[in-house]
Amino acid sequence: MKPRGHDTLLDVRQLKVYFPVTRGLLRRKVADVRAVDDVSLQVHVGETLGLVGESGCGKTTLGRGIVRLIEPTAGQVFFEGQDILTLSSGQMRRLRRRMSLMFQDPYGSLDPRQSAGSIVGEPLIIHNMVQSKAEYQERVEYLFRRVGLDASMIDRVPHEFSGGQRQRIGIARALACDPSLIICDEPISALDVSIQAQIINLLKELQQGTKGLTYVFIAHDLSVVRHISDRIAVMYLGRVVEITDSDTLYDNPLHPYTRALLSAVPIADPFVEEKRERILLRGEVPSPLNPPPGCPFHPRCYEATLECKETIPQLSNVGSGHEVACIRAGR
Amino acid sequence: MATLLQVNNLQTRFDTEAGVVKAVDGVTYHVDEHEIVGIVGESGCGKSVTQLSVLQLIPHPPGRIIGGEVWFEGKDLLKHERNGPEMRSVRGSKIAMIFQEPMTSLNPVLTVNDQLSEGMQLHLGFNKADARRRAAELLTMVGIPDAERRIDDYPHQFSGGMRQRVMIAMALSCNPKLIIADEPTTALDVTTQAVLLELMKDLVDRFNTSLVLVTHNLGVVARYAQRIYVMYAGRIVEAGPTKEVFAHPRHPYTVGLLKSVPRLDQPRDVKLVPIEGLPPNLIRMPPTCAFLPRCSYRIKRCAKSHWPALTTVGSRHLAACFVNLEEMES
Repeated sequence: MKPRGHDTLLDVRQLKVYFPVTRGLLRRKVADVRAVDDVSLQVHVGETLGLVGESGCGKTTLGRGIVRLIEPTAGQVFFEGQDILTLSSGQMRRLRRRMSLMFQDPYGSLDPRQSAGSIVGEPLIIHNMVQSKAEYQERVEYLFRRVGLDASMIDRVPHEFSGGQRQRIGIARALACDPSLIICDEPISALDVSIQAQIINLLKELQQGTKGLTYVFIAHDLSVVRHISDRIAVMYLGRVVEITDSDTLYDNPLHPYTRALLSAVPIADPFVEEKRERILLRGEVPSPLNPPPGCPFHPRCYEATLECKETIPQLSNVGSGHEVACIRAGR
Repeated sequence: MATLLQVNNLQTRFDTEAGVVKAVDGVTYHVDEHEIVGIVGESGCGKSVTQLSVLQLIPHPPGRIIGGEVWFEGKDLLKHERNGPEMRSVRGSKIAMIFQEPMTSLNPVLTVNDQLSEGMQLHLGFNKADARRRAAELLTMVGIPDAERRIDDYPHQFSGGMRQRVMIAMALSCNPKLIIADEPTTALDVTTQAVLLELMKDLVDRFNTSLVLVTHNLGVVARYAQRIYVMYAGRIVEAGPTKEVFAHPRHPYTVGLLKSVPRLDQPRDVKLVPIEGLPPNLIRMPPTCAFLPRCSYRIKRCAKSHWPALTTVGSRHLAACFVNLEEMES
């Protein structure tokens, strides 16, 4: 286990990201898509927080809202103690060095006409991290080696690399400016299973070898998220419904949605699968344009009561950092 | 159990500018009656092309089936004209297919009723009214609420999961003997995936249909398949009853796949062992074992020999490897 300090790197408070729906010539706002609705969570220095949920639950929007790639509608995001939502664009630009992103699509996220070396080195120039050409070259070569790429491949262009290698280029670029936070948005979903393990192991090794490197790891695959994360936040319809450390989430899930999600993931072992029960959810995820009243999960919940239709449950602590948003939890 | 489908030494090639791609290179497998068979492999291993070849759905050019036999109900399907009446009477009727993309495999300008009824009118000789009645029944059976009304909707009015339910209804509509499902739930969310796979399992039980489940997800085959085939670079490298293969994998590639996937029920500190390197280029396949450059169990013989054929390593268990992994581990 890596040492876990409890210094808070990121403190998200009541974050809301709404997308307006407009209609007519005057583009009057008629409704909001509540992609992220009232999310509060903390990320500690040096840990990996997994964000998991199904498509449309708001996990990607939350990741982008945190670094202001999408401007949040309301709330606060304290990064290293500073509320970054109040910063000017110039101040924000200087801070960007400390936070970076890596993306899902290793084909679409790299400029096809730029060399791999310049993709990795560009942030160094933008943030004035290097003083001379020699230093630049040295730093780029170092980054290549660090992610397991041969430094002789610096001048090649992205299409000459395989999917796994491109994802390594993405990681090298994310690491270029020594960030303290990397938002990894589905970094392995587009890769083949035998290659996924290479990238997962690389991300883990880099974190172990870099003091204070923190990940927010966004993915829909719960097995992968559990493997890489120290703590996991489960999202449903724009809200965090449960957050706790990875082992507790698996051993003692308290939210009915978390339990259904866990039971739906097949395990690659026919002997284990024989004995597992599945919780099959009815219906489909409601539209975030028009979320149901009360608990957003109640129309599909197999334990819902009348009360669930009326009260929006808030995340509450049920002991040792385990938070659940369900009125029945802890009763 | 009687054999329903027997594929022998199937070979499919694609002519490209860079050369001839050996997409399927001598694949032999069978499906028994009332059985769920899993075909596992990574992208580009030929698992989908194999299934398309069985139904002669390979676009030509660039694709060519250059050899092999596909025995089904006493006839070799490859002897039939690609678009002749014999082949058409099998496709969608006796052998049905479910594709990965529920979005692109339904026709956007026809209603669900049009698409469901067409097969039944063609293959079963139903009139319009009967076909419509049966279509509504099928939609109810696959869990589409309010089927009577939704039957006149267009595909875009359904969600991804609902569209895949329509595909399942369509596959079942002509009482097929065999359903081939090619990554049927890969594009869907995990809770929807679970619901649909359980539904498919129930329905093939009820209809006495066999199912070929093509997937890259080892968990899905572990749960649903009775027997599995593992494919690598256009060939089958291991075959056997699911439990036997998972408990005693005998090909290094199968071992590698199992060790490289994180399992939900495993402690977090279990280290993943990735398979180093990349799959081979299917245009320039080496004469030796295709997995050799990535194999951590290789012996001297591997580099000197022609690639190994599938040989029996246990009860109904076959592997294409010179190394006896059982002995090596112990």
